[in-house]
This record gives sequence, structure tokens and C-alpha cells, in this order.
Amino acid sequence: MMNLPLNITKTVHDWIFSIMPDTAATITIWVIVAAAYLALFAVAGLYLVLLERKVAAWFQLRLGPNRVGPFGMFQTMADALKLVSKELTSNDRIDKFLYNLAPYFVIVASLIAIGVFPFSQQFQAFDINIGLFFLFSVSSIGVIGILLGGWASNNKYSLIGAMRSGLQTISYELSVGLSILTMVLLTGTLQLSEIIEIQRTGGWLILQGHIPAVIAFMIFMIAGTAETNRAPFDLVEAESELGAGFHTEYSGMKFAYFFLAEFINMFIIASIAVVLFFGGWLSPFGITEGITWFPEFLWFLIKVLVVIMTMMWFRWTFPRLRVDQLLTLEWKYLLPINLVNLVIMAIVIWLNWTI
Amino acid sequence: MKNEDLQNIINGFAENIEFSEEGSEFLNVIVPKEELHNVCSQLKSKSDLDFDYAFCITGMDWGKELGVIYHLESTELKHKIVVKVMTDDRENPTLDSVCDIWRTAELHEMEIFDFFGIRFNNHPNLKRLFLTPDWDGWPLRKDYVDEDNMIVK
Amino acid sequence: MIDQEVKTNMKTEEYFVNMGPQHPAAHGVLRLILTIDGEIIKNVEPDLGYIHRSIEKMCERDSYQQVVHLTDRMDYLSSHINNEAVCLAVEKGLELEVSDRVKVIRTIISELTRLASHQLWWGVMGMDLGALTTYFYAFRDRELINDIFEETCGARLTMNYNVPGGLMFDIHPNFVQRTKDFIAHFKTKLPEYDRLLTGNIIFEKRTKGVGILTKEDAVAFGATGPVGRGSGFACDVRKTDPYSAYDRVDFKEVLYTEGDSYARYKVRIAEMWESMSIIEQLIDNIPEGNIKEPTKAVIKLPKGEFYQRVETARGELGVYINSTGTKNPYRVKFRSPGFSNLSVLNHITKGSKIGDLVATMASFDFVIPDIDR
Repeated sequence: MMNLPLNITKTVHDWIFSIMPDTAATITIWVIVAAAYLALFAVAGLYLVLLERKVAAWFQLRLGPNRVGPFGMFQTMADALKLVSKELTSNDRIDKFLYNLAPYFVIVASLIAIGVFPFSQQFQAFDINIGLFFLFSVSSIGVIGILLGGWASNNKYSLIGAMRSGLQTISYELSVGLSILTMVLLTGTLQLSEIIEIQRTGGWLILQGHIPAVIAFMIFMIAGTAETNRAPFDLVEAESELGAGFHTEYSGMKFAYFFLAEFINMFIIASIAVVLFFGGWLSPFGITEGITWFPEFLWFLIKVLVVIMTMMWFRWTFPRLRVDQLLTLEWKYLLPINLVNLVIMAIVIWLNWTI
Repeated sequence: MKNEDLQNIINGFAENIEFSEEGSEFLNVIVPKEELHNVCSQLKSKSDLDFDYAFCITGMDWGKELGVIYHLESTELKHKIVVKVMTDDRENPTLDSVCDIWRTAELHEMEIFDFFGIRFNNHPNLKRLFLTPDWDGWPLRKDYVDEDNMIVK
Repeated sequence: MIDQEVKTNMKTEEYFVNMGPQHPAAHGVLRLILTIDGEIIKNVEPDLGYIHRSIEKMCERDSYQQVVHLTDRMDYLSSHINNEAVCLAVEKGLELEVSDRVKVIRTIISELTRLASHQLWWGVMGMDLGALTTYFYAFRDRELINDIFEETCGARLTMNYNVPGGLMFDIHPNFVQRTKDFIAHFKTKLPEYDRLLTGNIIFEKRTKGVGILTKEDAVAFGATGPVGRGSGFACDVRKTDPYSAYDRVDFKEVLYTEGDSYARYKVRIAEMWESMSIIEQLIDNIPEGNIKEPTKAVIKLPKGEFYQRVETARGELGVYINSTGTKNPYRVKFRSPGFSNLSVLNHITKGSKIGDLVATMASFDFVIPDIDR
């Protein structure tokens, strides 16, 4: 373990324990960590929306929001203020309990999932030894929120949209899981901080695993984009189709929850990709290893931003796939390729051909 | 094929067919309404005529009579002809439909019914197309009066 | 085995869905009533009339010059070609021969109009299928054509430049140079459009084999324009009945035989290349001559019937004028290309999915004021 003078967590931890009795200190630490994550969730959500709008504008030869604040930085805050003050309209024939419960499922699932990510050496809230497995299983809970939202709206088009959306998410989770499994074969551990340790000494996993890892990365990108219902797989919420999908009947803050959850899911997929394939918070070729005051989470954020901008690039370039083409892609193409890739990776490791 | 040859062939399809070429660049064939379906199906099926493309189907109000004008063309043999049919019953005009011969007539005959009131026998789906279902009257007829919507100079 | 049981014993219901007049895939105010069973379409019934302005009735009380003005607003994306159709019909009736200069200028502006219409179609087709950026690229280049029109004709969309007997005024001195600059610029852009959509595998999967129209059906339904040519029906009026200066230029009539949406797409892209080639052949030698032949202020056509066909961006537009010798026409009928193309829609989308309906409608390129008149 290197000597890290910028050891914020240890400093704060010691300070709080010194001024309060033990149990109160533990609870305070919990509250601080939770508040930090909620703040991260909110800020990341807001600025990802702004980034999407700006990137879309640049691809389309226009400027994007640039009035509210310098470079439009306060645009999403203005939008959030508007959404908060909106009237919450709804039918009187909805199933009230489920209708109000549905957005919370997606948010809670995303928030728990962010909790296990290693943003840097010290900024990791929950480092358990089944890290990846936990992450994957928790993010599957979000599907329930989508299906509940469509059912509780008492609107046949929302129900159809929710069914299609849920079906798409469940199918592509298989591919995501199998690509993650391929990389786990290489690392031998599910714990996220250990995965990054392995990459510090051996180089980024995508280089260590060469061919099967590159294939696994490509499948992961396709399946990850499909799982968060983003274009080119967003037929469910496309404007030129019928209805607006499962969130037709939601307005105001509840709609904002679904909307933010989509962006946070994108963040989660990008983070998994960065941790598993691109070395997490490690610098490329170790160029800032010696600089002890350098905040490593900057590397993590830069890599995540690059992956997110690639996903946005997909959205504004490709046309949409039809629903049956989407499912054909998953079940007939991605799944067999994934299984074969898994076997190839196993053979590569067994014969010691990794770099 | 020249107009005289066309005239000779079509004359044999039924009786009481009149021909005219004045005031028009095509050969006009005026068919009595009972013979319309017979003449039209022969115009399409006979291989030396082969009028398979109905490029314009127009409803018409000649003042006393109502009727339909069909502009026909053959895509292979490249000749064109105009078939006119009329009826002088203005209360309940009825003509035979030709949509089993040229499928383009389905929508065109709905339009003619909408504007002139001519009913077509054997049409699969005859109802108003552009105007609302409860509209009163047949707007493109010459005796149509509507103080609210029409501006007359 | 289980599949068989499920198929026969499961009772499914058909339900009606409205693709309403206000629609984000807006091609105009078209209402389609779909009967769907699950994801499969059983019947498509169009409900028209939302923008019906009774143009044919208005023509019966207007003078012939006023009739020309009404045609701008039918298929507004090919407004110059619509004007040209009526002017040619009236000139046919008056047996008036316009000068070569007028013919050549009318042809050049018609082809520029066709290019602008196809550019908008391309942008909208990408947008309907989900590639939202194509809309902006298409409009960026279309603005250049609109600027040329504004300088010469005075308006960007509803141009009103034709009058019976010739043109309203002469072309602007900058017209020739600006058109040549635009052609040079667009020749570099069109391959870019090709690369963006044409070779894209997602686009091909959405459009190949979708909405197949056979040649016999195209002739029977009267589907002309790129829709007919995508099915192998050689219906280009510029070749079969040439008018204006089309008999002295050399261009290909593009035909494909597959009849699916991808073929219709390729026909329009090829037509854009042909239009540019026509303009290039004519732009350098515009002959001298009268801009307008003298006609009386009150035009009266002799008694008779006059029919003129032109090729708009959507297909064959026919103008039928029946005159009794007075200063107003007795009956004017516009044979609109979109109306006949729309009648095909029900026939070819039976049994396909909703996503296919969107792709098919995008490849048909409807403009609803053209259908409703």
C-alpha cells in the first residue's frame, strides 16, 4: 500500500470518532456517506442530461443550451426546478399504491449499485468479496419498477410499452452477465478492488485478455446500451411509434425519477466497463503513480466520460431496430457468440496465453 | 395504335357507343351506363388494346347529366383513350364500379361519391372520404348552395 | 407441440389504434385507423380531409391566372412543378408556344425543386427510423436552394413564378453562378448522405424486404413516381410525354425491381444525381428569348378539354381542364400522385408489423395537402 497523504476518508473517519462516542460516530459516518452518494446521484444525473443535450447539438450542427449559466451549466437545474413545481396529474383509475411505488424501485436499484463502485483507492463505500455479483443482481431489480409503472398506469399502451421494455431488459441482462463472467474468469475474483489491483500489476484487463476480452467488450457495449433502453434500441419510447412507453402517465417529479434513472443506468454500465476492462482509477501506463497528491478519481471519471460519450454517439447516429430484430439479435447472435467466447477465454487461460 | 383502329375495335364491344374527337386530344368513347363494366373489362383484357393503367378518374357535372370520365393508358402499347359515362338521374345516380378492373378506382370512386353523390354498384367500401359523415349535399355539383362556406363572386 | 396448442387455443383480440392526425412522425395531418392483432397489422384505413380546402371548387370561380396560384399549396414541396402543370395546360389550350428561354428556365427550377423535395424526404426518412441527425444535415443543404429561389422568384416555398405564357419576370443575374456553386457543393455532400444511411446495416434491415409492391399492383393502383419506379413500373412522365426542355437533355430513368422500401429509397437518391446532371447540362447555355409571350389580360380558353401531365417529386400530377369558352374553367381536376400512392398502403402493409408501417410510410413520402387538395 502506497503512502497516500491525501487520505481524506481516513482523516474524516478519525476526526469524527474522536469527537463523538462510538455508536453516534458510526451513524454519522453512515449519514455522511449516504448524503455524499445522493449528492453524486443528483449531480451526475443533472450533468449527464446536460452533456447529452450538448453532444446531440454538436452532432446536429447547432449549439445546444447556452443561455442559462456559462455554457448552459445551470440548464438542468432550471429544468429540475420546473419539474418539481409541476402539478402531479394522474388518472383516477390507476392503482395508487403501485403507481407511486414504481419510480422508487428504479432509483433504489441504481443507488445501491453505485454504492459498490471504486471511484478511487479510498472512495469506495462498500467493498465486499462478492462485489460484481452483488452489483449485477441489484441492478436487475430495476426491471420491476418498469413493469409496475406500466401496469399501474391503467393504460393499454403503457402496458404494451412496459412489457416490451421489460422483455428487452431481461434478455440483454443475459449478455451483460456472460461478458462480465468472461472477464471474471481472467481475474479469478469478484471483489472490485482486487480486480483493480490485478490490473495495476498486469496491465488493463482488455489488454491482458486480448482477443476474447475485446469480443467481450464489444458484446458488453451492445448489450449495455440495449439494457438501458437507449438508442438504437429505444423503440419502446420512440416518438414515432405509438404511445410513449411505460412512463406515459407519469408527470412532474415521478417522471423525472424515471428519466434520471435512465442516465444513472448509463453511468453504471459505463463504470462497469471501465472497472472491468480499462483499469478503473488507474492511470494509463502508470504515469501518475508517483504523484501522491493526484486525485485518482479523476482518471475514473475521465474514462467513464469517454465511454458515455461513445454511447451518446451511437444514439445520434444509428436508426432504430425493430422489436423483433432486437430480440433476434440477442437470442440468436449475441448469446451464442458469448458462450463460445467464454469457452475461448477459458482455453486461453488454461494454456497460459494471456499477456 | 391509331384512333381509327381503336374506334373500329371498340365499336364491336357493344351497341350505342359514340365516338368523338372534337375539343380533346384523345379519342373520346361515350358508353351507355349499362355497358360500362362490359366495355371496360374488354378494354383491359383484349391484348391488342391492353388499357391497364387508369391515370385519371374524374367526376363531372355537365349541367343536366352527372357522370364519370376515365382517362386510360396502356403501359405496353402506349396509346391513350378517354371513356365517358353519364346518367341523367340526379336524385339517385348509380353507376357500375370498375374497381375490380382497375384497383385505383376504389379511392377515386369514394371521392366521386363524396362530391357528386354518384353511387357505385359493387364497391367494397362506399362512404364519404374527405367530408364529415354527416355533411349534407354534394359540393362539386353545379347546383350546390352553401351560404356559410361558399364565396360567390 | 406446445406452440401449436398455444396458437390454436389462445384467444387474441383485435383492437383499433389511431395514428392520429397530430403525430410526431408527422407527414402532415393524416389519420390512419389501424386494426392490430398483437403486433401484426390487419387493416389500415386512412381518414382524409383534415386539410381539404376544396381547391377544385374554387377553381371553378377563379380566372386562369388565379388557378395557378392555388396549385402552390397542393404539394407544397414541388410547388413550381404544380404551377408549371397548369400553365402548360392553359398554353396547350391557347395553342401558345413559349420561347426556349422560358422552357429551359422552367426545367432548371423544376429540377432544383425536385432536389429540395428529395432532400427533405431524406432527412425525414432518417428521422422516422430513429437516426435523428439526418434531419439537420438535410435542412442545412436545403437552405441553399431556398436562398436561390428567394433571390430569383421572391419566395422560398410557394413560388408562383410561372404564369400562362411564360414567367413572371426574368431570372436574377446571380442565378446561374449560385446554382453552379450549389451543384458543386452538393456533389460533395450527397456521397456523405449515402455513407450515413445507405450502407448502414440497421437501416438496411429496417427497409429491405419491407412493404413490397409488385409491378402489376403498381400499375393497377396507379402508383407512380419513385414508388412505381422502385417496383419496375417505367412511369416517368419526363420520358413518356416530355414537356418543357426535357426532350433535349440526357438523363436516365432509374428503375429497380425489388419493390421494397430500400428500392424506393435508392430510386430517390439516384434521382437526385440525375437532377444534378440535368441542371448541369442546361445551366450554361440558357438561350435568349422572351420571358413572357403576350396574352390577353383575361384568358379565355376555347371550348374543349385539355390534359397535361408533369412529373413532380412524388409522381405523376395530371391537370384536367374542361372549358366552355368563358373566363373561368368549367371543371378542373387534379390527379394527385399521393392519392393513388396512398391507396396502395393498405394492400402492402397487411400482415406486417407496426415498425414496418413507419418505414413504409417514410419511403412513400406523402405530403397530405397533395392528397386532400
